[in-house]
Amino acid sequence: MSEKKKMAKSDASPASKETPPSATPKMKGDKVKVFYGEKQALMDVDLDIKPNEVTALIGPSGCGKSTFLRCLNRMNDVIDICRVEGKITLDDEDIYDSTLDPVQLRARVGMVFQKPNPFPKSIYDNIAYGPRIHGTAQSKADIDEIVETSLTKAGLFGEVKDRLLEPGTGLSGGQQQRLCIARAIAVNPEVILMDEPCSALDPIATAKIEELIDELRENYTIVIVTHSMQQAARVSQRTAFFHLGELVEVGDTEQIFTNPNDSRTQGYITGRFG
Amino acid sequence: MTDAIMNSKPSTEIRRPTLTGERLKKRYAAERRFRLYGLGSILTAGLILVFLVGSITGTGYTAFLQTYIKLNISFDAEFLDPAGTGDVAQLASADYGGMVKKNLRDNFPEVTSRRDKRKLYNFVSPNAGFDLRTMVIDDPSLVGQSLDLWIKASDDIDMLTKGYVDRTLEESNRRVSDTELVWYDKLDSNDHIEARINTDFFLKADSREPEEAGILGAVTGSLLTLVITLLLSFPIGVMAAIYLEEFAPKNKWTDLIEVNINNLAAVPSIVFGLLGLAMFLNFFGFPRSAPLVGGMVLALMTLPTIIIAARSALKAVPPSIREAALGLGASPLQVVTHHVLPLAMPGILTGTIIGMAQALGETAPLLMIGMIAFIVDVPGGFTDPATVLPVQIYLWADSPERAFVERTSAAIMVLLAFLIFMNILAVMLRKKFERRW
Repeated sequence: MSEKKKMAKSDASPASKETPPSATPKMKGDKVKVFYGEKQALMDVDLDIKPNEVTALIGPSGCGKSTFLRCLNRMNDVIDICRVEGKITLDDEDIYDSTLDPVQLRARVGMVFQKPNPFPKSIYDNIAYGPRIHGTAQSKADIDEIVETSLTKAGLFGEVKDRLLEPGTGLSGGQQQRLCIARAIAVNPEVILMDEPCSALDPIATAKIEELIDELRENYTIVIVTHSMQQAARVSQRTAFFHLGELVEVGDTEQIFTNPNDSRTQGYITGRFG
Repeated sequence: MTDAIMNSKPSTEIRRPTLTGERLKKRYAAERRFRLYGLGSILTAGLILVFLVGSITGTGYTAFLQTYIKLNISFDAEFLDPAGTGDVAQLASADYGGMVKKNLRDNFPEVTSRRDKRKLYNFVSPNAGFDLRTMVIDDPSLVGQSLDLWIKASDDIDMLTKGYVDRTLEESNRRVSDTELVWYDKLDSNDHIEARINTDFFLKADSREPEEAGILGAVTGSLLTLVITLLLSFPIGVMAAIYLEEFAPKNKWTDLIEVNINNLAAVPSIVFGLLGLAMFLNFFGFPRSAPLVGGMVLALMTLPTIIIAARSALKAVPPSIREAALGLGASPLQVVTHHVLPLAMPGILTGTIIGMAQALGETAPLLMIGMIAFIVDVPGGFTDPATVLPVQIYLWADSPERAFVERTSAAIMVLLAFLIFMNILAVMLRKKFERRW
């Protein structure tokens, strides 16, 4: 594990090389404010999410990092009292525009949740559900192919290929979470949001997921919320530190963990609070 | 701040919980007592159930038997078809009651006085003539023949066979007189008395004659009524629950609706009957005593139960499933129809069956819309006059004839069987839906 950490750290500078500096942000938050009823949960967050990078959102509990994440695919819409102000764009398109259909948005911005939540259906149906409702695959053969490639990408195909018709809820925790990732990528989103995807998993399953995230970066833009600073350091290229609803600091992971600008960031990553 | 805590004096001694002695004994005793109470309640409930079912079966099982008397019946051509035309209309309008009486007199030549003859006629069911008429119309070649036939006995003789007539009582206190007993014993010693399975009980509707009264009319009425109730209350109830639970904004209006639904569930059922009387019968002018209206009234009564059960079943579906589907880009409708509803279905079905079982046992609201009428025909449709099982039980329990006592219990047994059947159906449906998921 520590080896990997070192690797990620030493990778940090090449990582910035991998991404062309001219790359326009995939998603962009501009003065994003979120209110739950009267309470303001997020204050004026400006955050760019660059394509084909892993952006980690860190910070103590209740700092608003999950809230921000859920703004990116309008999952906050389902909470009655939640109100979002400011502007969030996906490829320069305002995602809170009244003409934009949140359902279409969520097909472009997928999500993986904290607790593995496979549907109580077969593994096959779990993966096939997204393509089916979006009509991206018509024939049985198309769907078969999507199921296989998605499971392969999620590194699960070898483990489950003989029991695709068994319920997805029968898998182990780590396998379930990879199934959820496979389910998300079966829709072929542009961005994948991950809300503490490893918090319910053991270290071995966590390592597998982290490896997977690193591979997925090639084709997807990933935003991950995590409580583990080691994880942020291992998997991300950019890190954003949230505190009390504010975006305190954002920068290359390497820089945030070695040379933070803000004393609060310094305090959090060295474990003085949080 | 921390210094202050550090400097405060530690307590004088550390108290650890003791694991022996009085407290432990008390705890064990309390646990034992609690278990005993639980066991006691289960046993009490079980005993009450056994007593209930036992007493009903004990009084009711004889209703499934009916006494028949073997008589020599001659289908006298002079009596049935004096003109010798062989015309069916003529055969149908003949006096079969008179023919039965004549045959009774022929079978008992020793009976001569008017009073005794009347007693003799009382031996067979007043409807025996109708059965013979059916036989003749089905097969006109019977005319002129003479056959030994088993004729249905009257309810008094039936009671005598089943041992409900106490021979030790004084004659004036008995439904069966001494002379009748003599004739009966004569028939019995000749093996001319037989108790057979009472198929008429399951195949006929109500009658004033206990030996002719059957349950089929009420069962059909209940079935038709429940079909209407289910067709109305299930879709409306489930849609209302889905809307309230999944789509409606949470504000004071939905709160008000929720409070009202909960209150409606507690409204006495007779109020729904009055509502049905005022609305469906008086305002809309729907037919009285019809399963259509009965079903509508019971649907009103069942709706709150179904809505409440469906809402709690929907609530029990973990939110993570909704999030998962939403996160994949499913529309709110797809989330409900593909995921939430199938998962909630077993719970919704259980609630619906409970509501239906309630509706099946309901009498009061149906009295208001005229379903208490005495109806001799099996209803053939939703607008025919009908009665339902609990009302039939009430009607029979109210009848003076001794033979209706056992029929009341038998009707209760049929009602219970109906309920058990519905519950089995509910369990099977649950199993089916659960296996799919």
